[in-house]
Amino acid sequence: MTQRLSHIAVIGAAFVGLFLLMPLIAVIPVSFTPKRFLSLPDGALSLRHYKTLVETPQWWEATVLSVQIALFSGLLATALALAFSLGIWMLRPRFAGLLIGLALLPMVAPPVVSALTLYFFLVSAGKLNALIGYDSWLGVVLAHTVMVVPFAVVLISVSLAQVDRRIDLAARAMGAGLARRINSVLLPNIRFGVLTAFFLSFVLSWEEIGVTIFITSVNVVTLPRLMWMGLRDNIDPAIAAVSVVLICIVVMVILTRALILAMGNRRRKKT
Amino acid sequence: MSYALRTSLLIGPLLLFLGVCYFLPFLGIVGWSVTLPEPGLTQYHSALSDPLVHSVVLRTLRICLAVTLVSVVAAYVIALVWVRGTPIQRLLVELCILIPFWISVLTRAFGWLALLSNRGLINEWLQAIGIISAPLTLVRNEFGVIVGMAHFLIPFAVFPLAAAMRNVDERALLAARGMGARRSRVFWQVFVPMTGPGIIGAALIVFVFALGFFVTPAILGGGRSVMLAELIYLRIFQSPNWGLAAAISVLLMTGVGMFLVALLKSIAPRTDR
Repeated sequence: MTQRLSHIAVIGAAFVGLFLLMPLIAVIPVSFTPKRFLSLPDGALSLRHYKTLVETPQWWEATVLSVQIALFSGLLATALALAFSLGIWMLRPRFAGLLIGLALLPMVAPPVVSALTLYFFLVSAGKLNALIGYDSWLGVVLAHTVMVVPFAVVLISVSLAQVDRRIDLAARAMGAGLARRINSVLLPNIRFGVLTAFFLSFVLSWEEIGVTIFITSVNVVTLPRLMWMGLRDNIDPAIAAVSVVLICIVVMVILTRALILAMGNRRRKKT
Repeated sequence: MSYALRTSLLIGPLLLFLGVCYFLPFLGIVGWSVTLPEPGLTQYHSALSDPLVHSVVLRTLRICLAVTLVSVVAAYVIALVWVRGTPIQRLLVELCILIPFWISVLTRAFGWLALLSNRGLINEWLQAIGIISAPLTLVRNEFGVIVGMAHFLIPFAVFPLAAAMRNVDERALLAARGMGARRSRVFWQVFVPMTGPGIIGAALIVFVFALGFFVTPAILGGGRSVMLAELIYLRIFQSPNWGLAAAISVLLMTGVGMFLVALLKSIAPRTDR
C-alpha cells in the first residue's frame, strides 16, 4: 500500500475505539455493587442485583413478552417485506422508486414523529375495537412491525438485486407460474437475505424503546420499557445486571460469527 | 387474472398495512395540529413564536451540530483504520464498531450514566487521584447528552465514510506521491477531498438522526436539557397540549424531509459518473 497509516491515525482510532467500548465496560463493576443505588463496589462484591433479576417475576415476564412480540413483529415484517420486494422485482412498476420510498418512510422519519403517529393510530383504533389499542399486546406488535419493516425491505431488496434475472426468465419461458417461480426459483436464491431480514427485524423489535414509550403504560411492559422505568425514576443497579447479561449475549454472538468467518477463510486458503 | 394484477397483489399488503397504521395516522397528526384546541394555524404560530419552543429549537440545533461534528471526526479516524489498517487493526476496530452497534440504546445510555454521574467511575477516579475535590457535573446537562448521542451515532457515520474510502482510486494517491507530495499533503489535499461526498452523507445522516432523538437525551439530559423530541413527549403526556405537539411534529417532519432531499442530491451525482 502506498499510503501507510500515520501513527496519529492509529492512536486516534484507538481513542475512538476506547470511547465506544467504555460505557459497556463501565456497567460491569456497577452491576456487582452491594448497595441499592448506582455506585461502585468498594471492597465487597455482591451478586444481589443478579439475584433480583432471577427472583423478581417482573424481569422474567418482561423478557418473555419481549421475545413474543419480537417473534410476531419479526415474522409479520418479513412476510410483508418479502411479498412487497418480490412484487417490485417482478413487476418493475413505473413508480418503483416512489413505492420503495414510501415503504422506507418509517426508517427515515424522526423516531418521535413515528412514535406520535403510532400513538394516534392506536388511540383511534382503540375506540373501534377491543384488541388493538393503546397499551395492548397486538398494538405493540403492529407498531413494531411498522418500525422494522423498512429494514426488512432493504435487506430483501438487496439480495433480490443480486439474483440473475435470466434464471427467472428461463423458468417463465418453461411455463412456470407465479407461485412456482417464487417458490422454486427466487426463494432458494434469496434465502439468506430473508433469514437476515427476519433476524434483524427480531432484534430491532426486541430492543425497540422510542415508540414503545409512547404506546404502552402498565399492561404491556417489554424488557426495554421496564429498563426505561428503572432508569428514569431512581436509577436501579438491577439495570446494570440486565445490561451485563445483554452485553454478554451480543459479544458472544459477534465473536462466534468472527470465529466462524476466520475458520472459513483458513479452510478456503488451504484448498 | 392478469400478470400485473397478480404481482400487484404482492406489493399491495405492505402499502395497505403502512397506509392504515402509518400514513393515515400521520394525516391525523396534521389534523390535530390545525384543529386542537380550535381550528386554525394558531399552534403553528405559537410553535414559531413561543420563547420556550424557541429555546428548545436552538438547544436542539446546537446539540445536533456538536454531535455531528464530534461523530463525523471520530468516525473518519476509525473508518480510516478500518479500511486501510493491518488485518489485526481492522479486526479490533470492527469489534469496537459492531459491539456497541448491536447493543440497545438503553444499555449504552446507562453505561454513560455509570461513567459520568456524580458518584460515577470518572468522578470517583479523579477524586481518588486527587485532581479534583468535588465531583464534576458531567451528566444531566448538554455535555452528557452530546457524549451519549455521539456514542450512539458514530457507527452510523462510519458506514458511509468507509464506503467512500474504499472507493478512493489508489492510483490518484500514487500519482500525488510520485509528484513529490508528502504523505500529510496527500492525505489532506487528495484523500480527504475524494471522500467529500461520504463526509457530507455521513454528516447529514447523523444530523437528521440526531434531530428526532428521544431516549438518550431524556436519560442523560435528566429533564434539564430538553430537546425537541422530549418536548413533544412532554406536551402529550405531562402538560398536555396535543395541538402544539402535533404542530412541532409536522414542522420537524418537514425539516427532516428537506434535509433528506439534500442528502439524496448529495449522493445522486456519484451515480451519474
